[in-house]
Amino acid sequence: MEKFTTLTGIAAHLPMINVDTDMIIPKQYLKTIKRTGLGEGLFAELRYDENGTKDPDFVLHQEPYTKAQILIAGENFGCGSSREHAPWALLDFGFRCIIAPSFADIFYNNCFKNGILPIVLPQNEIDKLIDDAARGDNARLTIDLEAQEISGPDGGKIHFDVDPHRKRCLIEGLDDIGLTMEKAQHIDAYEQKTALARPWA
Amino acid sequence: MAKPRTLYDKIWDEHLVHEAPDGTSLIYIDRHLVHEVTSPQAFEGLRMAGRKVRAPEKTLAVVDHNVPTTDRSKGIDDPDSATQVAALAKNAEDFGIDYYHELDKRQGIVHVVGPEQGFTLPGTTIVCGDSHTSTHGAFGALAHGIGTSEVEHVLATQTLIQQKAKNMLVRVDGKLPHHVTAKDIILAIIGEIGTAGGTGHVIEYAGEAIRDLSMEGRMTVCNMSIEGGARAGLIAPDQKTFDYIMGRPRTPKGAAFEVAKAHWEKLYTDDGAHFDAEVILDAANLPPIVSWGTSPEQVVSVAGRVPNPEDIADETKRKAAVRALDYMGLKGGEKITDIALDRIFIGSCTNGRIEDLRAVAEVVAGKHVNENLNAMIVPGSGLVKLQAEEEGLDKIFTAAGFEWREPGCSMCLAMNPDKLAPGERCASTSNRNFEGRQGRLGRTHLVSPQMAAAAAIAGHFVDIRDMQ
Repeated sequence: MEKFTTLTGIAAHLPMINVDTDMIIPKQYLKTIKRTGLGEGLFAELRYDENGTKDPDFVLHQEPYTKAQILIAGENFGCGSSREHAPWALLDFGFRCIIAPSFADIFYNNCFKNGILPIVLPQNEIDKLIDDAARGDNARLTIDLEAQEISGPDGGKIHFDVDPHRKRCLIEGLDDIGLTMEKAQHIDAYEQKTALARPWA
Repeated sequence: MAKPRTLYDKIWDEHLVHEAPDGTSLIYIDRHLVHEVTSPQAFEGLRMAGRKVRAPEKTLAVVDHNVPTTDRSKGIDDPDSATQVAALAKNAEDFGIDYYHELDKRQGIVHVVGPEQGFTLPGTTIVCGDSHTSTHGAFGALAHGIGTSEVEHVLATQTLIQQKAKNMLVRVDGKLPHHVTAKDIILAIIGEIGTAGGTGHVIEYAGEAIRDLSMEGRMTVCNMSIEGGARAGLIAPDQKTFDYIMGRPRTPKGAAFEVAKAHWEKLYTDDGAHFDAEVILDAANLPPIVSWGTSPEQVVSVAGRVPNPEDIADETKRKAAVRALDYMGLKGGEKITDIALDRIFIGSCTNGRIEDLRAVAEVVAGKHVNENLNAMIVPGSGLVKLQAEEEGLDKIFTAAGFEWREPGCSMCLAMNPDKLAPGERCASTSNRNFEGRQGRLGRTHLVSPQMAAAAAIAGHFVDIRDMQ
């Protein structure tokens, strides 16, 4: 997993609530057996018409947002299915950070596993960032994960919270499985205990 | 005296392998269900790292999302679907995992198969790379969906890294009116709490109306917990639960069953246990429910009307409603029973079980599907299909003009050939009415099996309570 320390980039605003995982990556893209290449399917049914023609009005087709790395979204972003294709598609497009008033649990968790930082902020703070996003390339945002701060172009700083374990994994690019395997003796002990206490399990 | 605990607290405590000072916990996973869509990258990860599956005997793989529901004995036409199915077969073989392929009579939707095989047991932790894993909570199992990275983590370590969720109680008191079902209960709950209402929580469903439900009905309720934002839903096991699981292929037998049952009987929320949130509904007031929009919280009574956006005070919700109505081809204000339909889909992990099919048969026996629409019934598993055929339900369905298909996820998410054409309007017993869910520009109304059946006959929604 790619480390996440600081990120300076263009923010794109998607002004919708309850953006579900079917919207982020429709089912026709789920038939892949790879993690990469899903960026073209990102928001496909919002971005393209039935014939595959790009909608020029969609934010990610307008400059400079074709190069956006930060997505500012509405409440309950990522609701619906557990498909990790959703963060894979966002990552493949170039997004490394999603900022929203709230996220669906499974999507939120999946982001961290892929080097994407999801940030929860109150709507009034997000409204300021939406103004920055509207200024495009003139208003890049900087996300400093170590300091847990977002800096706007005009010098304002916004603090955000993040779970300390997940923060460490992102900053160091840690592999969860490797970390858990270091606790193998705890898992062995648990299995031995359970074999007696709950043999049916 | 020990602090009173919720059912969730008890299962959590019993599965805690390790807890870090910051609360990050390692939770043991007793059962892992695997399907073809969310697993190939996980197996690839294992191969690249030279890792094995830690407990193949605690893992069960089945194909469901991609399989056609027509004759599949000659293979799968769509090359991408065929590749994904073949990948699961190979991965299961290479890693020593039990696998039900598309021609195995035990094959079906993963959340129908688990309980049917006795793989799902009370008090266990169950995961699957599928958000509707919450279904298994009907047995008092802590069950939730995970992403592919976590699928790989569970395959390699049989554990998950978790933060404990909050406890939410949803109590449904009283008795359901005739023709009002488990599906209407859960749609009403989601309408009440919203699609983010359960975020960060595990929901425990309790109350007389929940206790009165069959196991199939309880699965329908728990299945859609995720549509209310909760990763998991739970119902305390009782005699109905034990009766359902006894004698199934993977259930403990004889004395071992009695030992297990004695343990399972302690799986309930203690008096005085703390819930972070509580919601109480009165079953007697619940009508049959129909979704009108593109989010499962956008629901209304069958006796009601599609809302007018100008009546919605919250600006964000109003904008979402305007977009949803535009997508759904509705103006707002229509009577629900005036909405005509093009397609009927009966099936899915929400409502594809034998009880659902019996309920449909009761409504449609001796009648005929409206000539203006196409209606399809997709059993949740091969065993559900066989049982329905033994009971003669298939004859009732085909005589009434329904298509009787092979088992799978089918048009719930339209990864296989079953999908809506743009603009087609469908009454569906599935779980999501998202834009494009059942096919690009397809329009989905979520309903109970009985309501879908009645609509199939009439050609438009009808209040099932008015039917003779």
